[in-house]
Amino acid sequence: MRHGRYPFIIGFLAIPVAIYVTFVIGPYAQAFYLATTNWRGVSANPKFIGLENFERLLSDDIFWKAIRHHGLLLLAMPLLTIAIALFFAFMLNVGGGSRGGVMTGVWGSKFYRVVFFFPQILAVVIVGVIFSRVYAPDDSGLLNGALGLFGIDPVLFMANPNIALWSIIGVLVWQAVGFYVVLFSAGMASVPKDIYEAATIDGAGRAAMFFRVTLPLLWDTLQVAWVYLGIAAFDAFAIVQVLSVDQGGPDGATTVLGMEIYRNAFSYSQFGYASAMGVALFFLTITFAALTLRVSRRDTIEL
Amino acid sequence: MSVTPENPAELSRRTVLRRAAAAGLLATPAAGLLSACVAGGDDEPTEQAAGEKSADNPLGVKEDAPLEVVIFNGGLGTKYATDVHIPSYKKKFPKAEVKFSQTEEVATVLQPRFTSNTPPDMVNNAGSKLMDQGALVQAGQVQDLTELFDAPSLHDPNTKVKDTLIPGTVEQGTFNGKPYVLNYAFTVFGLWYDAALFEKNGWTAPKTWAEFTALCDKIKAAGITPYSYAGANASYYQYLVILTSAAKIGGPDVLKNIDNLEDGAWQAEPVKQAAAAWAEIGAKYGNKAHLGLKHTEVQLQQNQGKVAFYPSGSWLENEQAKDTPPGFKYAVMPTPSVTAADKLPQTAIYAAAGEMYFVASKGKNPRGGMEYLRHMLSKDGARGFTELTKVLTVVKGAVDGMEISPGLTSGNQMLSAAGSDYFAYRFDTWYKKLDDECRAATNELMFNGGTADKFCERMQKAADAVKKDSSIEKFKR
Repeated sequence: MRHGRYPFIIGFLAIPVAIYVTFVIGPYAQAFYLATTNWRGVSANPKFIGLENFERLLSDDIFWKAIRHHGLLLLAMPLLTIAIALFFAFMLNVGGGSRGGVMTGVWGSKFYRVVFFFPQILAVVIVGVIFSRVYAPDDSGLLNGALGLFGIDPVLFMANPNIALWSIIGVLVWQAVGFYVVLFSAGMASVPKDIYEAATIDGAGRAAMFFRVTLPLLWDTLQVAWVYLGIAAFDAFAIVQVLSVDQGGPDGATTVLGMEIYRNAFSYSQFGYASAMGVALFFLTITFAALTLRVSRRDTIEL
Repeated sequence: MSVTPENPAELSRRTVLRRAAAAGLLATPAAGLLSACVAGGDDEPTEQAAGEKSADNPLGVKEDAPLEVVIFNGGLGTKYATDVHIPSYKKKFPKAEVKFSQTEEVATVLQPRFTSNTPPDMVNNAGSKLMDQGALVQAGQVQDLTELFDAPSLHDPNTKVKDTLIPGTVEQGTFNGKPYVLNYAFTVFGLWYDAALFEKNGWTAPKTWAEFTALCDKIKAAGITPYSYAGANASYYQYLVILTSAAKIGGPDVLKNIDNLEDGAWQAEPVKQAAAAWAEIGAKYGNKAHLGLKHTEVQLQQNQGKVAFYPSGSWLENEQAKDTPPGFKYAVMPTPSVTAADKLPQTAIYAAAGEMYFVASKGKNPRGGMEYLRHMLSKDGARGFTELTKVLTVVKGAVDGMEISPGLTSGNQMLSAAGSDYFAYRFDTWYKKLDDECRAATNELMFNGGTADKFCERMQKAADAVKKDSSIEKFKR
């Protein structure tokens, strides 16, 4: 069978690799090149300016603001999402206690499982539009309408620079939780029943069961979730673009790198500078993924 | 986002859909993908059509050369092109084939064509996704229109095209001394209110700042928000008003200095005074919640009688046509004088030509493109445009004797009262970065407890940064 193996492999690989190189590697390489030019998107021959764009990045306040926002997103979004999703997943799968030796979820868990997944199937833009009504700054908004019933003044969710980013994080978490509930549920389902049984016999309560049994056995899944959410935290562009005041405002309070790249490229026609930001974002994402996988490396428990 | 507030089409399009489309781009790959169109294309000149110049054909159009026009499909529609201007061109050159297309996203569709040196001949560069006109000029993609403006006009062979236009039109489209762009629609700006509501309450349009604040107190007592604008996406209506006041206090040179990025232009005393005056209006008579609203939402509130004064341009009436209740009568007034020592009279206003049309210099038929503009600037072309869009053009006296709506009538009265005291700035289209910074600074000033000093300092810093930035071409007027 060794005979003809290479033609076989090459035959299978050639087309996907060609497509991948053309549509993924190619543009990335071009972005690296453009980052060293002053291309404004209209001339055919961009001028090479070396690392000037990167020098400008270093002293660009709004760029650093965006980086700080990513820092906050990177901490808050995965933590909140994973915490909430773990709690829900635990309640849906194990929270109901043992029935005839089988761990079950709380009453109605099948229904909740579907409901939790709803936000995930909505397009990000639709989520943004929905939340623009939820967060509307007068009593026509869902939240402010409800607050109004109790005589509380409207909260300016998107217009108050101090809470705007948290409002955005709220939306991101709301949308992400459903997927991770399902992911963790699958992880929990693969935990052998006898371990839970043994734990129950030893007198473990729900909390002990969660922290001593479920969590360690889910470590791999958690790690994957963390990387996914971390990378998502480097995006957040769509929600910011649709939902925020003045696209990343007020006054840059909710801006993210994607927003700044978009603004510099398509609004200021500074494609070279925007590409430099893209390159920075590329390295940030890669570094994060590498770091996370490294730091969270830990022996998985063989079952 | 476009920064030409005089562009009604753009405004009515600035809907959720736009954001939806934009948001469809994923951030990270977009950084790579946006470069996908740079490869290829060189600066080789394409062969361009030219014909004999004659009295009948002053621009030397080749009579059978095909012409391609692209029109932005927004609030103005495209009917004015297909039903008025193209037939006019074809009547003159029956052998020419005019290829018409429309787009809602000018930059998305046309930017690659400019990059690859195969542009259409005449482009209506408008909408929220317009191309950066300054960058196009900088790249040598735009035809110098001097010849067009010096050519005899279509309706009067004894008059040059430029002499049939409202003064300032050519200048409005001038980049570094050369006219590159035709700004076709003419818009006046002021504070809009419901004349019926004012009449019912016995309120009259204030002329001085003291009258203005006194009236605002009365309006507030009547349970109406006296003054508002939409912070979420239309804060440039507000900075337009602030700078209008600045120009009235210190004369139009205040704006000229800002446009020319003169040192300290934003920290000039008139700008500070204007900012301080408006900051007080924002703090005392505004509604903080409107920072989170879009322009259509605030405009609707005005239609519902919840907002008294709203800063906008003369497209407002047309834009709100569907939502305006029958009793509502749009009227407009100039901004009240801030001080008694203002350099310009209270009747002075911000008025400008907008809605950009330009000819591609590297297209196949630039002469035809210019000829097309000449047809737009004929009296019939202009009348047809106003009839179909309810928007005035820069052609002088084109609509004389035509019936116009109450809001436009009010706008026209304001314009004639202003006489020659009207002015405009250009920095927002020249330097979009400054436009964005000014939007943010204005929202801070009006809604978030900003001060005039902070506003001026912030804008000066941004202007200085643009001035220092070698990648941005500078313009002068």
